[in-house]
This record gives sequence, structure tokens and C-alpha cells, in this order.
Amino acid sequence: MSDTIINAPANTPFIEVIRDFDATPEQLFRVSTDPDLIAQWLGPNGLEMEVVEYDARPGGRYRYIHREPSGAEYAFRGVFHAVEPGALVIQTFEYEGLPGEVSLEKATYTATDNGVRLRTWSVFGSVQARDTMVASGMESGLNDAMEKLTALVAKETGR
Amino acid sequence: MAYDDEALDRAFLALADPVRRALIARLSRGPATVNELAEPFPITLQAVSRHISVLEAAGLITRTRDGQRRPCHLAPSALEQLTSWIDQYRLETERRFRRIDAVLETVKEQDQ
Repeated sequence: MSDTIINAPANTPFIEVIRDFDATPEQLFRVSTDPDLIAQWLGPNGLEMEVVEYDARPGGRYRYIHREPSGAEYAFRGVFHAVEPGALVIQTFEYEGLPGEVSLEKATYTATDNGVRLRTWSVFGSVQARDTMVASGMESGLNDAMEKLTALVAKETGR
Repeated sequence: MAYDDEALDRAFLALADPVRRALIARLSRGPATVNELAEPFPITLQAVSRHISVLEAAGLITRTRDGQRRPCHLAPSALEQLTSWIDQYRLETERRFRRIDAVLETVKEQDQ
């Protein structure tokens, strides 16, 4: 376990994320590709997560849905290009709310002295597509901000 | 400290819509015109304009005049936590990795 390194250079369509985990490459790979295990972590906090399919093999497809308590759905899908257990996954990624904005993601699993290093490299179709996608990831941050605001207001008004 | 309940209600209502949250997210990275804001969305310019009016009425964004352009800005006092989109992305990414840590713990127990 360690800090997360995120590189998203301005005016490029790339995002690089690096993070070490206290596990073997095989274990991290399993948690990252097994449909039952993915369902336990891929959905944002507070959202229901449905893994429709997750066939992590070359040519296989995946699709999953995040569902808000209100019923609002956010679906994501893609195909696997290359899958080497415990070592490498290359897949496409598309948010169905922005059809056609497909990014390419490469994940490598490398053994370290005391664990495994995950490096993901995402390539978007344009700088704007990258920024829009990243901004949508802020939803949960916004929700947290609203929760804090609600708590603050409740405290100040004594409700 | 006193809070304006009506203003808060308007802000919460404005942020209940995912398109409007996305617009706010976009504006957290800098001002943009209605045309620029509308570009990534599969909805009409008119619909985006209506969303912007709701955000403006809620005090979350302001509009200035810059020659022919009327760019929208995130209201400085509103949603201070969103000033840095990369920080929010980092928060969400780290949250996800901590969930992976938790799942890994159960997997490791099973492997033993």
C-alpha cells in the first residue's frame, strides 16, 4: 500500500496512474478481472454496482452499470484487446452517456520487493474528452461536498 | 452564523441534475461560453442554456461580458472544493484503490 501517483499533463489526452499494493501480481490481477470481485470495489461509494458481463480474455467484452438510489444509471463498456494473467490488460473504455468517446487503457502488473505495482495508462480521443471524463469522476467528490454542507447546515440551524 | 435556507435549497436543487453537475465540473477548470459548455453533451444548445440559467439563479455560476463573448464562471464562493479537478480525481482514485486493498485482504485470507 502506498501513495497514488497521477500524471495528467495539461493539453495532452493522457492519464497515468501508478500505485503499489500489498499483494502478489496474481492476486491483484484476480481482484481486477474477476466479475464477483470487481463488483465489490469498482462502483463509487453509495452507488449500486451491477456487472452485466466481464469476460477478461482477448476479444472478450465487459459492461457494468452504476445505479444511484434514485434509479439514475451510468453504464460503461468496452472490449479486451490483450490479457496476460498477472501481467497485462489492454482494453477499451466507453461511458455509454458519451457514445463514441472511447479511450484505450493499458494496465501493467509488476512484482516489487514487497508487493505489486499497478500502472495504468489511458489514452483518450482528445484533450477535451479526457477532461470531460475526469470531470465526471468528480461527481462523488461533489456528493461528498454536498453531504458536508448538509451536515454543516444541520449543525448551524440545530436541525 | 446564519444561512439563507432558500439559497441553499436552490443550490441543492440545481445540483440534483447530472448535466448541471457536469457543467459545474467543467467550469471548475476555467470559464467557458455556452457553446463550449454544450459541446460534449448530446443535448440541444437550448437545453444547455436552460441548465445554465438554473445554475445562475442558484448563485453557483456568474456570467461576464468579454466583447461578444459572455463566458460563464464558477462563482468563487460556491463549491470551493471543486477548484482543483485533479485533486477530486485523485480523491476518487485513491478511494477506489482503498476498496481494492480491502478486497485484496479477503482474497489473501482465502489463499492462505
